[in-house]
Amino acid sequence: MNAVPAQPPWLPTTRQIAIGGIVLGLFAFWLTIPPVSARSPWWPVFAGLCAIAAGIWAVTRDVRRPGWGAIAAGLVGIALGLLSTRASVSNLDQVVVWSALLSSTLVWATPLTFAAIGGMFCERSGVVNIGLEGMMLAGAFFGALGADKFNSWEMGLVCAAIAGGGFALVHAVMAIHLRADQIVSGTAINFLALGVTGYFFIQIYGENGTPGNLPRIPDVNIGFLGSVFGHLSLMIWLSFVLLIVAHITLFKTAIGLRIRSVGEHPRAADTVGISVYGTRYAAVVLSGMLAALGGAYLSIGYLGSFSENMTAGRGFIALAAVIFGNWRPFGAFAAALLFGGSTALSFRLAQPWGNASVLFQALPYVLTLIAVAGVIGRSVPPAAAGRPYVKQ
Amino acid sequence: MSEPQSQAPLGADPEGYAPTVARRLAFYQRAGGIVTPLMTAVVAFLMGGIVVLSTGHNPWRTYKAIFEGSGLNWFFHVGSHSIQVPFTHTHVWFLWDTNTNHTAAYNLTQTLVTTTPLILTGLAVAFAFRCGLFNIGGQGQYLMGTIVGVYIGSRFTDMSHLPHVLFALTCAALAGALWGAIAGFLKATVGAHEVITTIMLNWIAYWGGSYLFGRDGPLQNHFNKAVPISDDIVENAKLPTLWGNPHLQALHVGIFIAVGALIAFYLILNRTTLGYEVRAVGFNPEAARYGGISVARNFIIAMAISGLFAGLAGGIDILGWQFRLGVLDVQVSNIGFIGIAVALLGRNTAVGVGLAALLFGGLLTGTSTRSLDPEVFPPQLAGNLALMIQALVLLFVGADLLILYIWQARRKLRLPGTADAAKGSA
Repeated sequence: MNAVPAQPPWLPTTRQIAIGGIVLGLFAFWLTIPPVSARSPWWPVFAGLCAIAAGIWAVTRDVRRPGWGAIAAGLVGIALGLLSTRASVSNLDQVVVWSALLSSTLVWATPLTFAAIGGMFCERSGVVNIGLEGMMLAGAFFGALGADKFNSWEMGLVCAAIAGGGFALVHAVMAIHLRADQIVSGTAINFLALGVTGYFFIQIYGENGTPGNLPRIPDVNIGFLGSVFGHLSLMIWLSFVLLIVAHITLFKTAIGLRIRSVGEHPRAADTVGISVYGTRYAAVVLSGMLAALGGAYLSIGYLGSFSENMTAGRGFIALAAVIFGNWRPFGAFAAALLFGGSTALSFRLAQPWGNASVLFQALPYVLTLIAVAGVIGRSVPPAAAGRPYVKQ
Repeated sequence: MSEPQSQAPLGADPEGYAPTVARRLAFYQRAGGIVTPLMTAVVAFLMGGIVVLSTGHNPWRTYKAIFEGSGLNWFFHVGSHSIQVPFTHTHVWFLWDTNTNHTAAYNLTQTLVTTTPLILTGLAVAFAFRCGLFNIGGQGQYLMGTIVGVYIGSRFTDMSHLPHVLFALTCAALAGALWGAIAGFLKATVGAHEVITTIMLNWIAYWGGSYLFGRDGPLQNHFNKAVPISDDIVENAKLPTLWGNPHLQALHVGIFIAVGALIAFYLILNRTTLGYEVRAVGFNPEAARYGGISVARNFIIAMAISGLFAGLAGGIDILGWQFRLGVLDVQVSNIGFIGIAVALLGRNTAVGVGLAALLFGGLLTGTSTRSLDPEVFPPQLAGNLALMIQALVLLFVGADLLILYIWQARRKLRLPGTADAAKGSA
């Protein structure tokens, strides 16, 4: 990640990708009308999602107008494509009830948003965090445990944040003071969280699992916002607040400038009197707490129970969202929405299409693989990410 | 106070901030000895014991039960017995009783069955590490090996035994190599970080496998469409067994392939031009480039060989004891991830990887539901205890590098200011 090689000539530019996205969005609709007349909504949805992905990619890399065009074209392509396949596919009604799909997307995007914004702060400060998955899992378990023991969901969130912060602190000590390889340490955190949560889950709850009457994070009922936005979980609203606060903190305040400078050029930051270690510790612990809140939303917010290894790779999707969103809050949020949408689709489409819909679960990883493969020179991680700093 | 390694001007040498992977590795290799990895393992087990103690169980009895569950106590039961030379009817005198009706001998065969893929996935991490790459995609490469292994084992029904086994293992290894080479290619051409690409490839393999063997998936079995599992592989594709009852998961010849891979690993790295180039790139890519070595080519080859080891592990597991693959197998398997701990504890050397794989193989078998005495310690807890111990080993390997770093810096290099720099940060 250190050197940025010149872009090979055979790779498309960001603008070309955005324009490709627009074409793909139109193509999504074209598939469903004669002469092709695809009757399955699979293809227009897939093409539309790819168009949206291309759009997010372009927008977060400062090619704004074609990028937004590609996002719009993708959305319109999916909408029109679904409308025109709707007439003949009888079971489509139950699948794509729009509001259901939208709220499901928000539900699956929220844990990703929390973890991705946490991961973004961590990487912006120069510490690679592939332990997000473990921190999320810790949050999911200790959130459920705290909610159960104190019989309040607020204490659940507090316990989750403390647990996630604790795991993150281990990672921080390893990465910052002990100068261990951050990938090794992150992998260790993932294993440790898996073992610790599984051990104490069985020790405390045994075969029966978490109790059914676990205190849950409440929904916020705002009547006039309609069926989708009227009954969203508190955590979903908090994720919107977090997004805005993160953006302002990172780009408009001195704290954000410190975090970014520590991640880009720690020696220079040190020279002007910024505490490199202190800033990094704060950022890593913050990332653990946010990831844990995302995990707690899964256990005491959405599902109301905990099961072993329940995050099932969502921490890695969050990591992918950080990269795909070009280490920016809104980019990470857009990627989280896209990836959450693909998860929501995979669950909602399971009914008519069966098992093939699990392939939508792989979409975030495929898109990110393409992104890191194609965007070098345009998708630049913080310069000092992954490198420990030796104080002078 | 000054920089321990280089005095490059500000910003000119980004690596000068701290030791790189390669520089750490150089220290690590030179420090030699078995003391630090051994200490790492001991401390990890001690901390696991504290967790066991704090939750109201007896750590001494727990570890004793795990040790007996791993079958490694078999070596202590010496006597006068006989052993059958494999594939013949000759019996010769032997120090130990090999009858697998006895628990210890049976558990030992299970430990060795688990050790086999761990050796190979450990090598998959170690080989890339020697080229300066961190391959955490061993899991995805392993899964590709299992998928291709089960496909060839179950769908090619009319091949004779040896060609079928060789064909299946070769294809499984090549599938893993391809999966690894993708990451190597992306690193070599566009500079995409191998950690990110291999993570993504892991999950693509995970969901791909979930699709292939799931309901109505292309590789689902032909008999019961309600069960998300593949067809069984045919008899002719199964690896020959050498020790134990073949119906109760006997030790198969895969262990020899794994040991052969350890030897091949050593020979390739230390006795061939390829290995020399790989190590040169691992120590210092820039110097290697000036020396006329193609760094890009070595990145691709190193990742492909890494993937080859992991894919072979997958093929051996399918042909040796699993015989079929289900969605659940794909989703709960973590052999490839444990390979990371194996390689790092084994210091990326052939002997070390072999010993570390035996340790983790014993730990996994000893904590499994089948081997651990539930009267002493609940096996569900023990499985998670094993995960914790692996995590602690990984953590202390990281700290261990620091200990070595300070030790080396003080004892051997004696650069001015080094001790101060180390003290100031530690």
